[in-house]
Amino acid sequence: MKSRVLVITSGKGGVGKTTTTANLGTALAMMGKKVVLIDTDIGLRNLDVVMGLENRIVFDIVDALNGHCKLKQALIKDKRFDGLYLLPAAQTKEKTAITPHQMKNLTGQLRDDFDFIIVDCPAGIEQGFRNAIAGADDAVVVATPEVSSVRDADRIIGLLEASGLENCRLIVNRLRSKMVKRGDMMDIGDIIDILSIELLGVVPEDESIVVSTNRGEPAVLEKSSTAGGAYRRIARRIMGEEVPMYSGDEPENIVDKFKKILKLAK
Amino acid sequence: MALLDILSRFFSKDSTSSKDIARERLRFVLVHDRASVSPEFINSLKEDLIKVIKEYMDIDEEGLIVELENEENSIALVANIPVTGFRRAANG
Ligand SMILES: Nc1ncnc2c1ncn2[C@@H]1O[C@H](COP(=O)(O)OP(=O)(O)OP(=O)(O)O)[C@@H](O)[C@H]1O
Ligand SMILES: [Mg+2]
Repeated sequence: MKSRVLVITSGKGGVGKTTTTANLGTALAMMGKKVVLIDTDIGLRNLDVVMGLENRIVFDIVDALNGHCKLKQALIKDKRFDGLYLLPAAQTKEKTAITPHQMKNLTGQLRDDFDFIIVDCPAGIEQGFRNAIAGADDAVVVATPEVSSVRDADRIIGLLEASGLENCRLIVNRLRSKMVKRGDMMDIGDIIDILSIELLGVVPEDESIVVSTNRGEPAVLEKSSTAGGAYRRIARRIMGEEVPMYSGDEPENIVDKFKKILKLAK
Repeated sequence: MALLDILSRFFSKDSTSSKDIARERLRFVLVHDRASVSPEFINSLKEDLIKVIKEYMDIDEEGLIVELENEENSIALVANIPVTGFRRAANG
């Protein structure tokens, strides 16, 4: 299988890039793929805690790029899956500590050993963004159903296209189907219509994301997590499978409901 | 839709749902973003306009003005194109 470099980006901060990176990476590893996650948010390292790997960090991406250690030494092996690795961001350095040219070399090197290289992009459109997209084949744009987020997504899509990254797909995160139903949140059709971009998936607003982030266990590991299920389906789409879209109004089936009640009672 | 929502919508004076407002505001702001992000956009539109119009009439290319104008709820493409002469062939 030819390896793919995927950048997860958004423009606007806090819309779910890191959550998406952790969950898609873990879901692809669950499917037996070799995956490395790269945190390029220099100075605001987060992917390590979302993955629950913060205690294992010795070296970071800047150390590896500046030759303070070998690339292999900076890669942290996941606790759960053999084929899953994390290259953490540096916490104390500047965004300008790495260059797009270095990033391109780095992802190029990793292609030899991994099926998927997933790059978690920082918010904004400055150097951190340019670093993150430098070596990417595909882009996944994350947006929430809000005016400011969709607006920033539009800007990012323009910048991605201008830099030759034409293969962009959209994940709509934190969709609240109840609000959509009562007409107080833009629906998927509205957003796709406005951005004219291919939809990769829809992730509902879900408390299990918070719980799983607390634990450092991505939600895809939790069978009963609705958001986790959405991310598992997106991972299958990335693998080229045709998987029906979450429409936002999936009725909760009786079994799930029952399980939830039992869980609460525990 | 919950009964309460229906009632509150019924009694509130603005019946447009907030998602429709969001969508229209987004459309509006994006037309601007997209046009202003690339100054080449208006220029290349200008060049194409000149090319097409020149087939039908003579125009003053220097005096040609093409702009996006804001109105209350809409955006208009306004072009002011001084005509200096018509081609005879265009009428035939
Ligand atoms: N589907 C969801 N349901 C509930 N909470 C969510 C969901 N997705 C993300 N969150 C929460 O939103 C917050 C921001 O998410 P995350 O850190 O992934 O965003 P980000 O885009 O990486 O932010 P930044 O731009 O700061 O890097 C987190 O607290 C996360 O738990
Ligand atoms: Mg992040």
